[in-house]
Amino acid sequence: MTAVLRLENVNTFYGAVQAHFDLCLDIYPGEITCLLGGNASGKSTAMKVIFGLVRPRSGRVLLAGEDATQWGTPRRVAWGLRSVPEARRLFPFMTVRENLLLGAYLRKDRRQVAEDLERLLDLFPRVGERLNQAAGTLSGGEQQMVAMARALLGKPRVLCMDEPTMGLSPLWVDRVLELVQTINRQGTTVFMVEQNARAALQIAHRGYVLRHGVVTLSGTAAELLDNPLVENAYLGGKAI
Amino acid sequence: MIGNLYMLTAIGITQIYGVAGVVNFAHGSVYMAGAYIGWMAITWLHWPLVPVILLVLAGSALLGLALERLAVRPFARAGSTILLLTTIAAGLIIDNAAQVIWGPQTQALPNPLPQWHIRLGAGTVSLLDLFILACGVGTALLLHLFLYRSRAGWAVRATAQDRDAALQMGIDVNRVNRYSFALSGAFAGLSGLLVGLYFSNIYPTMGASATLKGTTAALLGGLGNVPGAILGAYVLGIAETFSVEWLGSSYRNLVAVLLLIAVLLFRPNGLLSGRRALNPEPTAGTFIPHGRPLRFPRWLIPASAVLAAALPLFVANPYALQVLAIGWVFALMAVSLNLISGTTGQISLGHAGFVTLGAYATAILTSRLGLPFSVSLLVSPVVAAVIGVLLCYPALRLRGQYLAIATLGLGEAISLIALNWDSVTQGPLGISGIQPAAFFGYEIWSAAGVYWLDLAALLACVWAVYRLSRSHLGRALRAVREDEVAARAFGIGLARYKSIAFGVSAFFAAVAGVLLAHSYSYIAPDTFTFALSIQVLTMIILGGRDNVGGAVIGAVILIVLPETIRFLGEYRYILYGLLLIGMLRFRPYGLLNSTT
Ligand SMILES: Nc1ncnc2c1ncn2[C@@H]1O[C@H](COP(=O)(O)OP(=O)(O)OP(=O)(O)O)[C@@H](O)[C@H]1O
Ligand SMILES: [Mg+2]
Repeated sequence: MTAVLRLENVNTFYGAVQAHFDLCLDIYPGEITCLLGGNASGKSTAMKVIFGLVRPRSGRVLLAGEDATQWGTPRRVAWGLRSVPEARRLFPFMTVRENLLLGAYLRKDRRQVAEDLERLLDLFPRVGERLNQAAGTLSGGEQQMVAMARALLGKPRVLCMDEPTMGLSPLWVDRVLELVQTINRQGTTVFMVEQNARAALQIAHRGYVLRHGVVTLSGTAAELLDNPLVENAYLGGKAI
Repeated sequence: MIGNLYMLTAIGITQIYGVAGVVNFAHGSVYMAGAYIGWMAITWLHWPLVPVILLVLAGSALLGLALERLAVRPFARAGSTILLLTTIAAGLIIDNAAQVIWGPQTQALPNPLPQWHIRLGAGTVSLLDLFILACGVGTALLLHLFLYRSRAGWAVRATAQDRDAALQMGIDVNRVNRYSFALSGAFAGLSGLLVGLYFSNIYPTMGASATLKGTTAALLGGLGNVPGAILGAYVLGIAETFSVEWLGSSYRNLVAVLLLIAVLLFRPNGLLSGRRALNPEPTAGTFIPHGRPLRFPRWLIPASAVLAAALPLFVANPYALQVLAIGWVFALMAVSLNLISGTTGQISLGHAGFVTLGAYATAILTSRLGLPFSVSLLVSPVVAAVIGVLLCYPALRLRGQYLAIATLGLGEAISLIALNWDSVTQGPLGISGIQPAAFFGYEIWSAAGVYWLDLAALLACVWAVYRLSRSHLGRALRAVREDEVAARAFGIGLARYKSIAFGVSAFFAAVAGVLLAHSYSYIAPDTFTFALSIQVLTMIILGGRDNVGGAVIGAVILIVLPETIRFLGEYRYILYGLLLIGMLRFRPYGLLNSTT
């Protein structure tokens, strides 16, 4: 099986500070892959490297085997990457509907988009109730739903999510992760950055653990769940 | 009607701000260029109005694109205050290029529309008035449709609200930037043409007031808010019309400037801000990138001072001495501005205001009250510093672009007050017959005498600034520059230290004003203009941040170079503009600083 999205020996710097050391990631089609790690371990930076918002000093980004390291962000999006960014990043002064449709900005099939929107709203009933509200006035959980729906409307080949459960109550955390699983079962490849390690591993197929920019552990989700090191690092009592 | 004219400008400025995050100070220059393009088409080609308008739209859109490519895109990551400077520099280049190409004189712009009028109540409305109204409303409507109904318009709005998120939607934000500059350039050019038709004449510096009015209107409405800009334009237009009626037409610009300052102080997010919270400016205390002064041997500074002092003994040419003397005065201004911008990290675009204050203070004290020069040399700067600090104090809590615009407005306000306060300043006539500098009855006439006087003032200033920067006060000022939040946490009273920096700086700038007033023997409200403020700022950017020696050398280079190379004289301000952009692009830490 070839990876649909791959980071190869990526070294990223912010000025003199190195954020990634020979980072390698493989995301396989049809799976949920999660990237775990504590604060400031370089997870969001990995997301930025994938989207071309930060250029690594060395290493490659491969999309379905093709070298995309030099591509600009819009081209990567056109290829099929979609993101649910850290802290959602909705367009606050635009309505929910406008936000959703911007997710389909690059799609030419207008009519199909309208149909897909209808279908998506079945999955996100709360979003459907608020189509004409300014996105900036939604609650955090609602914003998360809109951000996910916005990304899905772009028909992603790989859906990338940066801490989709951040700042949500336990009830909403479950709701969001359940949705991720549903989306994945319907055929979307998911790459997810998470701090809720156990909950994330329970729905994921594969996981990586990042620490100070270095991958310290990787394997199938089941392996990681059983690994006492992960247990110590992230799952020890207080993380849940 | 005036409101309509401002509306187009304000929309353009607000639009650019929203997308590129910069207040585009070259907007007025594109506006002027649009007017000239229209003028050429009407008077040389005798085209009818509609093709003229199309040509103006196309031409000024192209100019907007060029502006984006050369003065904005290379600096996209440099921060909004740098962008403000690069657009100002671009404006300077365009304005002065226009002077070289079309000449500095006012040109008549005939109105190609039929000359008929409609009676309407008390007044009459001409076809031109209706046409302007139609253009204003029409473009506002088209813009609204574009922004809210078209795909490209959505991309523009999304980019304005969150650039990185827009990228992740697949929006090519560079292209959105280009569109916006082209669009706002087209607006600027069209409004330049319409204003030219309205007043029947055009001139190369007509853009300056357009930028000012457009920025005021855009700020009134809240930067980045298009409907707000329309409202702001009408508020400004109405305020001006009434004040012209009550006070006289010379108050037109003063009202706009005062409104600008008031809105910055009281409603920096615009009149509608209750409804629409704007992000705070990032903490941009430092706008000139960090650098470390190059090391020179300790004896170099006293040695060069002695050399400079001895120069008149060897150089007999009075012209050379005059040029150098002016160089010293400008160095004085640069060193004083360096205290605000280099050491304390606050941008100031109103330095000419302090110079004007000093010059007027001494003119009034010596000519009217008969004070001797030697007394006035100390008293006038104190007066100027006190007035300067009182004026600036309320603005000191602003940061970044907002502070830049406020200081610009204050500088303008000072010269506009000088223009309008006839009984004290003799208004536009200016004050002439100012006595030459004199000590104890000995007048200083010779070029060498003036040279030594100016050099002595500069050395005194350098010495004072040097002592100051080594003191506890100097360290506190640097702390303010490096991190306002941390400085406050350490108990450094920001407003107090900033006003000390502005006060000391105003004092020395005013000394420069005193020296120049007595050597020119004549001053007027427009002797020391905004261009001077930019010139001085260029000097310290050339020399390097927080580098006194650099400021002196930057000043001497920028004064001496255009004088010695004759060919450069005419293109002086173009040179300044190019230097400013070039330095910010390729060596932002200055000639005499190195990177850390
Ligand atoms: N724009 C930036 N400039 C400088 N340093 C940065 C920048 N963005 C991130 N960093 C640094 O890079 C490191 C990794 O940051 P990153 O945002 O990738 O962490 P993260 O794993 O997403 O953390 P969190 O879980 O808290 O979101 C941090 O030390 C951070 O300070
Ligand atoms: Mg993160």
